[in-house]
Order: sequence, then structure tokens, then C-alpha cells
Amino acid sequence: MTTPLLSLQRLTKAYPGVVANDQVSFDIGEGEVHALLGENGAGKSTLVKMIYGLVKPDSGTMLLRGQAFAPPEPRAARADGIAMVFQHFSLFDALNVAENIALGMENPPPMGDLASRIREVSETYGLPLDPFRTVGDLSAGERQRVEIIRCLLQDPKLLIMDEPTSVLTPQEVEILFETLNKLRSEGTSILYISHKLEEIRTLCDHATILRLGKNVGECVPSETSARDMAEMMVGSTLQTPERSGREFGDVALDVSGLSVPSPSEFGTALKNVHMTVRKGEVLGVGGVAGNGQDELLGVLSGEIQTTADAIKFNGQPIGKLGPTARRKLGVLTAPEERLGHAAAPDMSLTENALLTGSVREGLENNGFLKWSETKSFAEKIISAFDVRTPGPENAARSLSGGNLQKFVIGREVLQNPDVLVVNQPTWGVDAAAAASIRQSILDLAAKGTAVICISQDLDELMEISDSFAALNEGRLSAPRTTTGLTVDEIGLMMGGAHGMEVAHV
Amino acid sequence: MDLGEINPVLLIASLMVAATPLLLAAIGELVVEKAGVLNLGVEGMMIVGAISGFAISVETGSPWLGFIAAAIGGAVLSLLFVLLTQFALANQVASGLALTLFGLGFSALLGQGYVGVKPPSMGDIHIPLISDIPVIGPILFQHDPILYVGIALTAAVWVVLKYTRVGLILRAVGENHDAAHALGYKVIKIRILAILFGGACAGLGGAYISLIRVPQWTEGMTAGVGWIALALVVFASWKPWRALLGAYLFGGITVLQLNLQAAGVAIPVEYLAMSPYIITILVLVILSADKSSAPASLGRIFHASH
Repeated sequence: MTTPLLSLQRLTKAYPGVVANDQVSFDIGEGEVHALLGENGAGKSTLVKMIYGLVKPDSGTMLLRGQAFAPPEPRAARADGIAMVFQHFSLFDALNVAENIALGMENPPPMGDLASRIREVSETYGLPLDPFRTVGDLSAGERQRVEIIRCLLQDPKLLIMDEPTSVLTPQEVEILFETLNKLRSEGTSILYISHKLEEIRTLCDHATILRLGKNVGECVPSETSARDMAEMMVGSTLQTPERSGREFGDVALDVSGLSVPSPSEFGTALKNVHMTVRKGEVLGVGGVAGNGQDELLGVLSGEIQTTADAIKFNGQPIGKLGPTARRKLGVLTAPEERLGHAAAPDMSLTENALLTGSVREGLENNGFLKWSETKSFAEKIISAFDVRTPGPENAARSLSGGNLQKFVIGREVLQNPDVLVVNQPTWGVDAAAAASIRQSILDLAAKGTAVICISQDLDELMEISDSFAALNEGRLSAPRTTTGLTVDEIGLMMGGAHGMEVAHV
Repeated sequence: MDLGEINPVLLIASLMVAATPLLLAAIGELVVEKAGVLNLGVEGMMIVGAISGFAISVETGSPWLGFIAAAIGGAVLSLLFVLLTQFALANQVASGLALTLFGLGFSALLGQGYVGVKPPSMGDIHIPLISDIPVIGPILFQHDPILYVGIALTAAVWVVLKYTRVGLILRAVGENHDAAHALGYKVIKIRILAILFGGACAGLGGAYISLIRVPQWTEGMTAGVGWIALALVVFASWKPWRALLGAYLFGGITVLQLNLQAAGVAIPVEYLAMSPYIITILVLVILSADKSSAPASLGRIFHASH
């Protein structure tokens, strides 16, 4: 047997209160695409950070082509041929493409030479890119290209990709896979982290599955069913949300001719958005991040105000009302960003419950706060949504992402909204919690609430929505019923490959 | 009223002198802010620089040693800011304000024996030939060396930030410290060096006031120049040449309004005295209407744990 490119042996890393990696061992062969599978919190990120030199293992060893390998910092890892594309892009918005790439290199050539090399490499791998554009103006797919090219310019032996497709349209994913296949054929190994099982089945040669920091199994993805892999990941059988055939009521929310500029410099303006949601209907809004999702949520919640007639609730114009007035009427929202938008990080859960619940739950009396009622409202959310926390007096920041997400969604659901708008309701939440959040949204719709679910997770949207529309550059496609929609059609609704050329290599 | 008494050549020459302390402090703070740190202690570092420079040049008789001491004094005081914000992770606004208050008090203590003392003079550079050119000579080529240091520093900071790798890394740290850390750059180290540079520049600016512009020592003699420098950095959109322009504009109007006061113009003194602040800010606000914005990590605490 040949020596593997990278061999991990009994790697262990513990943080206070949690063992992130517990004696993890596996090998990555030369020219192999190796998948690392696991739920959120399974320890995938910690593991790759150790390989990339960002985190030092407590014990265990790594061998690179048979030689001991213990990078003290990312520079050393890069020098040994390890490159990494991050999940949350590690790019600098205000700098241009070439400057961003220069920052990721040890000895960058002068800017002019670098620019021509970027052009050359990006053409070779079918990822066209202009070196002098400001990164803040690029789409998510193009930003990822910047990261990939930054890695490729260093001729890596091992390319680590942390959830690379979470921000891409299906067509962009195809382009990416062609690039990765080309790299594999040239002998580059790839460590591919994802929890999207179908992707792993099409792309990867080998998979290692992590659960709670332990290596719980390996498999050859093309010979293993997605369901089997999922059950290895979760460690129990999966529950899919149930939905029953429903009748829709009258139109609850009617948006017509809505155009608003974005409040942020790098945001996307909404252009002529039309949609209606009936009572009991779930409208799924898909699209790649940064195509107007935040603005759509803002304009529906009342954070961004617009002309009165653009948004009608039960026939009543509400476009000029602020968030509190809309809450009073029954239009509730749960934004994407948990810490800082949906919840105030340093305030307790009780205080956070008050912040959106005061109007509908009557937690306020002539400007005085009813703390005991608020506390019982918070406790109600905690018990109904199985939020794991010692109690409502804990700060929102102290909860894990998934638990806080259950809390902020539960807080809105329990206020019995007539219209509920949620953005990325299960972002960064593990499979079991995600299923319970989806079920609660479906239950709410069954009781007659009109729900708009904005999400980048297409599987989730297909699972819970009755109709589907996609945001592309601030425009919303005409909603269609979800039954019978194909992935290709969805991709086209989402804007195809964003005007980018498909790779021909 | 006699406007004829105002000599335009002297006016322009003295506006450069009036602008230099502001320019030095602003260039230092510009580098600090480009690295993502907001140090509101400029005024405190300037006044400490003013007294250390004054004391050392009186004791040694050498203005050059005085200026070196001023730079060291400002940098040492900024070290306190480094300890508070980069290691103890304290709030930068509060730490900066504390630095200013501390600097003002500490300099008054140090300066008790120096009130009324006259410092050694630095003397102007007289370059043969070009300094004798009429009009241009007295305006541009008959100044003290530190004034030219200020201009050279502006050019150097511009070149470094725009064209060198060191500058690129500094901007990257100020733009997104988490990403810079993920790429393996030493965020804290780079910020410490930037803060020390800012402290040294502020110290030089302070000493320029006590050794050249005034020249004597009085308590609180920087009189808010540090605060103007802070505002200047923002309104100059973090661009070195605009900071120079703003500093000269401010210096120019300060000198002009003094001349107008002396000439007895029929505008109340209070209006004249406030005019440099209003006009400088107005012009720079108009200039800064383009899309350039603050370094994205400005004022945010960095901790490597996440």
C-alpha cells in the first residue's frame, strides 16, 4: 500500500466543557477527494483548523507523506502545501481581488504579474475573475472563486474546502465540481467538508463521518445511500416533518410593486416585488445569499418603510407602519442573524422575550414592565421548544446557535401570528432541532397562519413550502407551486449561474 | 482696518508652520485607524510629547534630542493604551479618553519647573539658491527641518499604505481582523506597532508646538489640536494627502483669522476664532462624500478565540 498524503492519528482537542475531537484517525490518499461528514458541532471545523495550523491538538500526531507534520501556524501549513477555502469567506470587502489574493500568499509577485497570473489560472480552471474588482461588489459565487484561486496559486497538495456549496446555485455547484474534478485528475487531494449528502455521493471517493468529536465510521459514498450516511451522522433514525393536505384561506399578505433601496452599501435593492400569501400557506423564498433576502425581511418587518400600498395585510395598507405597529396587527418576523438582530446577545432570555413579545403578550402596562408575566412567557418558549438552557435568566449569548435559534423562532410562533416571516430558520442548527423548527412552522400554517420562509437551503424549502419563488438581484420570480418543481427549474429561477460562464476545460 | 498690512508671503509661510502639529498627529492617527484601532488619546500623547520634548531640549540644549524624546514620550504613553486595549481588551473609546485625561494631568506635573523657560531654537534650513528665490523661497524653502519631516512622513505613509505589502497587511488587519488572523497574520502585533507609531507622531506634533510654534511651555498648550486631528482623519476619508490638505486649510484659516483680527476687521472675534473649525470641517465633509468608508474593524476588540 502506498503512503497516504496525510495521515491523522488519534488527534484529540478539548475545549473547556467539551471535547471537540476525541482520538480521530483517518488517512487522505494522494489525488483523493475525501469527505468529512458530520452535524454542526461534530468537530469538523476544529479538525481542519488543526490541519491548517490554526489550532494545536492536545494529543495525537499527523503525518504528511510519512513525515511528522505539526504546523505551528497557517503560514507553515501553507508552506507544506495545505490550502483552505473557508466556510465564512475570509475576504476583505474593501480590497480588490488581487490584493486579497496577495494577502494569502507567502511571497506574492508584484501586483502586475500577480494580476496576469490570476487571469491565467482562473481561465485554466474555468473560474473567470477580474483581478481589479473590489471584493465587496462580487456575488457569493465569485467570492468563493477568489478564495479558490488564492489556494490554487500556491500549487497545494491538499485543498481543504469547508462547506463550499452552501452559498451557490445548483449551476454554480456544477462549475465548482468540474474544477474540483480537474484538480483531482492533476493529483491534488481534496478534503471536502459538507453535510449535503447528495453532493458527497457524486463528488467524493471516500468519506469519514464524525459524531460528537469521534470518528464513527467510514464509507465509500457512491456505494452508500444518503439515508444510511445521514443516520450514521445523527446516530438515530431521522424524522421528517409531516404535512397534511390543506385548504388555503383568503389572501393574508399582499405585496405589489415593492421597490426599496438597500440600507447598506453592499446590499441589494428590491425591485418591483410582487407576491401574495394566503392564510395557511407557506411561501418559500429561495435564492443565493445577498440577493435581497435581508432587505425583503426588513421591509416586511417594518424596519425599512415604504409606500403604504406596497404591502397590504388583510387588505389594510401597512407599508408605512413600523415593526411594533405591525406586530400589534399580527405580522411577526424572525430575522436571520441570531446574535444582534433576532436577539440582543448580552440580555437575558426573559428580556429578549419581552423585546418582541411585549405588544402581543401584554407584557407592558403604561410603560411599566410586567416581569413575572415576561418570565413565564420565556419559560413557556423554553419548554415548548426544548431550548437547552439552565433558565430564562441566562444571557442569549450563552446559548448554542441551535438553541438560540429555537428560542427566537419559538418566541414568534407562540405569539400566534397571522403572518410570520422567517429568514434562514434552521441556519447552523443540527438536524434534529431543524426538524422540530420546521414542524412548528408547519403546525402554525395548519392553524391558518400565512408563512413566508426565506432560506438558502433548497431541501428545506421543498420540504415545507406550498409555493416557491426565488430572489435574484433583488427581483422575485413569480411564485410556483412546489409539487413537480425540478432542481433545474429552481436553479433557473435563482438566476442560473449568475451570468457567469460555465467552465469548459 | 487695514488689509494691506497682511503680507501674503508671510501668511502662507506661517500657515505651514501652524498646520504641522496637526498634520503630524493626524498622519499618526490615520495609520492607527487603518489598522482598525480608534485611539482617542491623541491630545494626551501630544501634550506628553510637548513636555518631554521641551524638557529634554532645555536640559541637553539640543532641539533634535528634544524631538526624539517627544516621539519616545508619545509612544510610551500609547503603550498604556496598548496594555488596556490589546491585552486587557478594554473598550477603546474609554481607554482613549482616559489616556487624554492622564496625559494632560501628567504633563502638567512634569512641566512644573519649565514654565517661563525658553527652549533652544532649532533654526531654519537655508538651502542656497532655491531659498533665495523671491516669493517661493520664503514660502517653501525657509522652514525648520521638522516641517519637512511632516511632509515626508505624509508621502511615506501614502506610499507604504498604497504600494507595499506591509501597508496591505495593515489595511487587511483594519478591514477584517478575523480573516487576517485566519490567514495567519499577527493582528495584535501589527496593531501594537501601529499604535506606537501613532503615539510617536502625536508626540512629535506636540513638541512642534512647544519647541517651534510657540515656543514655550504652558499647561494644556495643545489646546484641542489632538481632537481636530481625530476629526481630520475621519473627514479626510483616511487618505494621507487629504489629511495634509485639511491640515493646511485649518492652519491657513487659523493664521488668516489672526491676521484679520490684528487688522481690525469688523467681524466679532468669536466668529473669526470659530471659522477655521467650521470651514475645515465643511470642506472635508464635501470632499468625503465619495464612497470611501472607515476601516470595517475600526474600534472593534479582537480576540483570537473565535
